[in-house]
Amino acid sequence: MSETHSHDDWPYPHPKQPDIEDGPITDLMIMTEAVTELMIDKAYFTADDMRRTLEVIDAKTPAEGARMVARAWLDEDFKARMLEDVNAAAEEMSIDSGVIPIRAIENTKDVHNVIVCTLCSCYPKHLIGLPPDWYKSRAYRSRVIREPRAVLKEFGTEIPDGVEVRVHDSTAELRYMILPMRPKGTGDMDEDTLAGLVTRDCMIGVTIIDRD
Amino acid sequence: MSARFAAGDEVRVRRASPPGHVRTPYYIRGKEGVVSRLIAEHPNPEELAYGRDGLPVLPVYWVRFRQSDLWPDYQGPEGDTAEVDIQEHWLEPVEDDGG
Amino acid sequence: MRRHHDMGGLDAGPVEPTEHDYLPWEKKVDALVRLAGDPKRKMIAIDELRRGIENLGPGAYDELSYYERWISSFTNVMIEKGHISIDELGRKMEEVRVRWQEAAK
Repeated sequence: MSETHSHDDWPYPHPKQPDIEDGPITDLMIMTEAVTELMIDKAYFTADDMRRTLEVIDAKTPAEGARMVARAWLDEDFKARMLEDVNAAAEEMSIDSGVIPIRAIENTKDVHNVIVCTLCSCYPKHLIGLPPDWYKSRAYRSRVIREPRAVLKEFGTEIPDGVEVRVHDSTAELRYMILPMRPKGTGDMDEDTLAGLVTRDCMIGVTIIDRD
Repeated sequence: MSARFAAGDEVRVRRASPPGHVRTPYYIRGKEGVVSRLIAEHPNPEELAYGRDGLPVLPVYWVRFRQSDLWPDYQGPEGDTAEVDIQEHWLEPVEDDGG
Repeated sequence: MRRHHDMGGLDAGPVEPTEHDYLPWEKKVDALVRLAGDPKRKMIAIDELRRGIENLGPGAYDELSYYERWISSFTNVMIEKGHISIDELGRKMEEVRVRWQEAAK
């Protein structure tokens, strides 16, 4: 199966390689493959190291963060430990959260927190997976620090004026997740059911958990 | 490591624009805030960026700013804040005015 | 002087709620940085990667996608630190290019 595409990065028509990528092949994709092969040839790491790392990347989703949030809602002592050190709390639940320190920031009835990294796009990906594109966008990084309520509204989130909106700019070697508020009417739910309510976006702080 | 500042201290972010890799965002330089927490200690990223060890480690603080101090035209309520991770060498104490 | 990547507080349009499934090559870039930067290997510090991204300059910073910026910077750091050479990278890239073109025929 062969098919040609034109692409600005590529000076001539080139074949599509469907088992490698679905879109056009670019020089930087070729560079990625070449660098990977060189690193393996030079034994800086093995092909197996690469395969296992890719498996870890694929395995990380917001679900593990959501389980931790649910546990924190049900267990005050766990919550205190999670607010101190997310990585250690994750380990208690046999969740691998990587070597970069992650901290949790708690939303309360008085303070709504939202996370941004204005300088790059720091995100707790070793716990909750790779970030959505909008988190890395110029619009989000530029605006949420200066007009957080307007940006939150774009996500359908209205925070009452009596509640402080606090934007945390993640500028150092720490990654942040929000511990959202537990929604009302969930008193009888078990951990798994509660975890099912916790979304990625509420762990970034752009939404609150709304039960319809 | 001994930390120069503690929670509650009023601090000012140094005004400086060095070249290179800097983790103190532009919008807080020269601004005053309050230390809310000593959160970590870390090598200096400005040095790490050039392949050096960045030692000694320096404290990293959460510093809280009133949004209305950062943006004169801030649209939200007076209580809204921004909190930023700042390494100690970018902070100086706000002088006591004697009052 | 505000540098190009240091964008907190600048004007910008609405936040479009965009996302995509990361492509295999993008995940491979992430994996490269994780492996080379892990505490065992220490071949790159995240701040070296960031410095390289910031030094791509305003044009490239905005034109390249996130992982295109990453692989550009990562490769530069590997070359600068002598982990790979320009000559072997040039040869390997050509080898990959030909292989992929042949495979697609």
